[in-house]
Amino acid sequence: MPIDANTGFVRFEGVQKTYDGKVLVVKDLNLSIGKGEFLTMLGPSGSGKTTCLLMLAGFETATHGEILVDGKPINNIPPHKRGIGMVFQNYALFPHMTVAENLAFPLDVRSVGRDERDAKVKRALDMVQMGGFESRRPLQLSGGQQQRIALARALVFEPDLVLMDEPLGALDKQLREHMQFEIKHLHERLGVTVVYVTHDQTEALTMSDRVAVFDDGRIQQLAAPDHLYEMPENSFVAQFIGENNTLMGIVEELSEDVASVRLDGGEIVSAVPVNVGAVGERTRVSVRPERVELDERKLPSGAHTIAAEVQEFIYMGDIFRTRLKVAGNEDFIVKSRNASNQTRLSPGEKIKIGWLPEDCRALDA
Amino acid sequence: MVTDTANRLRSQAEDSVNLRRKLNRSLRMQKVRALLLIAPLLIFILISFLFPIADMLFRSVENKIVSQVLPRTVASLQSWDPANSDLPNEATFRSIYADLAIAVEQRRNTRVGTRLNYESPGIASLFRKVKRGMTKIDVSSFINFFNDLDSNFRDSEWLAREFSEPELAKLLPFSASALEYWRVENPEGGQPDSYLYVSLAVELISASKAELGELERPIADFLVKAQEQLPRLDHVNLRDAFLEIDRKWGEPTVWRTIKMYSSTLTTGYLLNSIDMKKGLDGPEFRDDSERLYIKIFIRTLVMSLTITLCSLLLGYPVAYFLAHQPLRRANLYLILVLLPFWTSLLVRTSAWKVLLQQEGVINDFMVVLRIIDDSGRLIMINNQFGTIVAMTHILLPFMILPLFSVMKTIPESYVRAAKSLGASSWTAFRRIYFPQTMAGIGAGSVLVFILAIGYYITPELVGGTKGTFISNRIAYHISSSLNWGLAAALASLLFGAVLVLYWVYDRIVGIDNVKLG
Ligand SMILES: Nc1ncnc2c1ncn2[C@@H]1O[C@H](COP(=O)(O)OP(=O)(O)OP(=O)(O)O)[C@@H](O)[C@H]1O
Ligand SMILES: [Mg+2]
Repeated sequence: MPIDANTGFVRFEGVQKTYDGKVLVVKDLNLSIGKGEFLTMLGPSGSGKTTCLLMLAGFETATHGEILVDGKPINNIPPHKRGIGMVFQNYALFPHMTVAENLAFPLDVRSVGRDERDAKVKRALDMVQMGGFESRRPLQLSGGQQQRIALARALVFEPDLVLMDEPLGALDKQLREHMQFEIKHLHERLGVTVVYVTHDQTEALTMSDRVAVFDDGRIQQLAAPDHLYEMPENSFVAQFIGENNTLMGIVEELSEDVASVRLDGGEIVSAVPVNVGAVGERTRVSVRPERVELDERKLPSGAHTIAAEVQEFIYMGDIFRTRLKVAGNEDFIVKSRNASNQTRLSPGEKIKIGWLPEDCRALDA
Repeated sequence: MVTDTANRLRSQAEDSVNLRRKLNRSLRMQKVRALLLIAPLLIFILISFLFPIADMLFRSVENKIVSQVLPRTVASLQSWDPANSDLPNEATFRSIYADLAIAVEQRRNTRVGTRLNYESPGIASLFRKVKRGMTKIDVSSFINFFNDLDSNFRDSEWLAREFSEPELAKLLPFSASALEYWRVENPEGGQPDSYLYVSLAVELISASKAELGELERPIADFLVKAQEQLPRLDHVNLRDAFLEIDRKWGEPTVWRTIKMYSSTLTTGYLLNSIDMKKGLDGPEFRDDSERLYIKIFIRTLVMSLTITLCSLLLGYPVAYFLAHQPLRRANLYLILVLLPFWTSLLVRTSAWKVLLQQEGVINDFMVVLRIIDDSGRLIMINNQFGTIVAMTHILLPFMILPLFSVMKTIPESYVRAAKSLGASSWTAFRRIYFPQTMAGIGAGSVLVFILAIGYYITPELVGGTKGTFISNRIAYHISSSLNWGLAAALASLLFGAVLVLYWVYDRIVGIDNVKLG
């Protein structure tokens, strides 16, 4: 989904934020979110995701720069006039109100008439399949149920923009996966713009239209999930998203679409140059574990081969996970499908493995 | 196959019984352990707190002294109708002579006088005066009457032998107790005091002649003879003798008071503490000029409520401010809130005196600023205003602390959620934040109110006459008037009032909603 920076529904323009006047928690954030888009902010703890969300919701002010929603700067609009729905990590359901009262709250403060209000509350509850729970208190609900109510409450007043700060963080794995799909489907059905914060990469990849990977107060890469996984632009993204094997080396030759790298072990490999400096500089070559072939004979022509020694073989059911020593790196992982003709290796075996040069990316050291 | 299943089921049932037994045993162990842990405190509270309170509560209805000191009089007054304006008969005067003769020796005449004085002012002096007056009453006729009957009546040893007969002691119990008392006081023996003979004369009037005759003792014949010859004593008139000591003995009120307060349990103190007294037809209100306590009770209540409200109004913003500071700074401020506890209560109260008095700092300041005239200095101390100001200041921390601890646990995300849902700051506070602080408001209010309602030192120092509490009256009765019964009754009523308020509070707010920390 191509987004024009000038027409984005939500725009951060050169936003900076510091809490203490010393450290910039958000450094020069530029981001444009299209109407109806599901954008996820993904990043390690402390990378400034919540801060961005709070600035958008109006609970923190940007130290510098401007935030625009629908073309209008919102820096001076108080939170309650922004009309932005928000789902909090701990749900923040009002404990002294019933589920129905919680849902009616945003409608009450907007002076919606009784009948309309009740109809909307009912519709919102049905939407999250929680009809019949109207008179329960939040504490009488399970975590997943509370989550649905929080979601319904953020949507009941039909905001154009919904912010979610790790809404699934407190749920167990199975429920989390289930809720991911429900939120995704709701988003598709309602067409609202969603800004979603998580530090769970699977969640980010499965749900989002685009993912903004945060680290150290900056967006490291902003791209669609498949793009992000297959074409990471720097080594932080490559390592943060999915599993990755890295081999250190020095650039020998560099052209438009291929770089020759001499690994620290002495071998020379070709890689796609993504984020490398000039010839002679250090680089980090990265290969996804599932793109490595253990059986030399199955390799197509044009593939690299390299000597490896098996360290460990782990049987994981659907896949095998083999840990190898490659070019001095003892943590080189290869994942292979559990097929009937798949080789099972034992520690100590010396083999040759290989991969296609286009699966191998030369990144910053 | 079938028996297999049956066996399995049976063993399962046995297992479950065993399991339950094991569970019970382990639960019992837990309970015992818990009990042992709290035992020292429990015993301490029991001895130093619950027993004294129970004793105090009991004192508010206890009234043994009259029937103990004046047993013969009380018995004799039984046939007297208090509604009648006649004086009791001669037998009653003879009874009170015997009672008081013993009481004077025991130095208990003033105690019973003091007790009766609470109910009818003026009686105390009557009972004090008998000590000297009684020595002037001539009761030799009683002594002679019995000595003339038989010389053995002079011998306390002989009398004691005769009275050791249980039947006789039962027939003439007061005489028996008088003799016993005399013998304890005079172990060397000899002739008993006059009160024994007066007591005998009174008791013989109503003793049954037949039962006297049936006694298988030498004294029986003498007593029967004495009973027959009793009219010979009719010329003795102790009533006039008492009237000569003090004319007041001739007033029926005195006798009415004795009769009305003769039972061992009395409602007198409790009635007194709600400005009532026992009348001829049940409880009645005292005269307007004598009413006191209801007014003070109401004042105590109203002022305690005012103080609670003031500390809530002042404390809520402070607690809110504290709860929204970073933890380190909040702790520092909290110490400032607690700082007053580091100085003595007396010092703090006296400081208010310095500030509020007419020649005090605040008045001086306002005069300098020409807000008030030098002649129009405000009276801010020794009245209700002074008490409310000083006590609000002193009790404020008890409001702030529970409020703070509740507010601290309310995550900021609630208010944020409310705002993101469209509520203005005020609406978010009113509908989301405030209801969640109810627990703290409840706890703080209960704490401050209960502390205030029983407060003593501050109202005593800055309350003057118009700003004192019921506890000041209680203290007065404990240490000055020494009317412990009334003090206990007032305290019991205060206790009852607090319990009632607590119950009402529980019904309205719910005591589960109270959170202290
Ligand atoms: N109120 C605050 N005052 C001072 N520093 C803060 C405040 N809130 C956050 N920070 C700091 O700002 C940085 C970014 O915090 P933020 O909450 O945005 O991280 P995050 O990406 O949401 O992390 P997480 O995944 O753990 O929620 C952190 O270093 C944090 O310590
Ligand atoms: Mg966060």
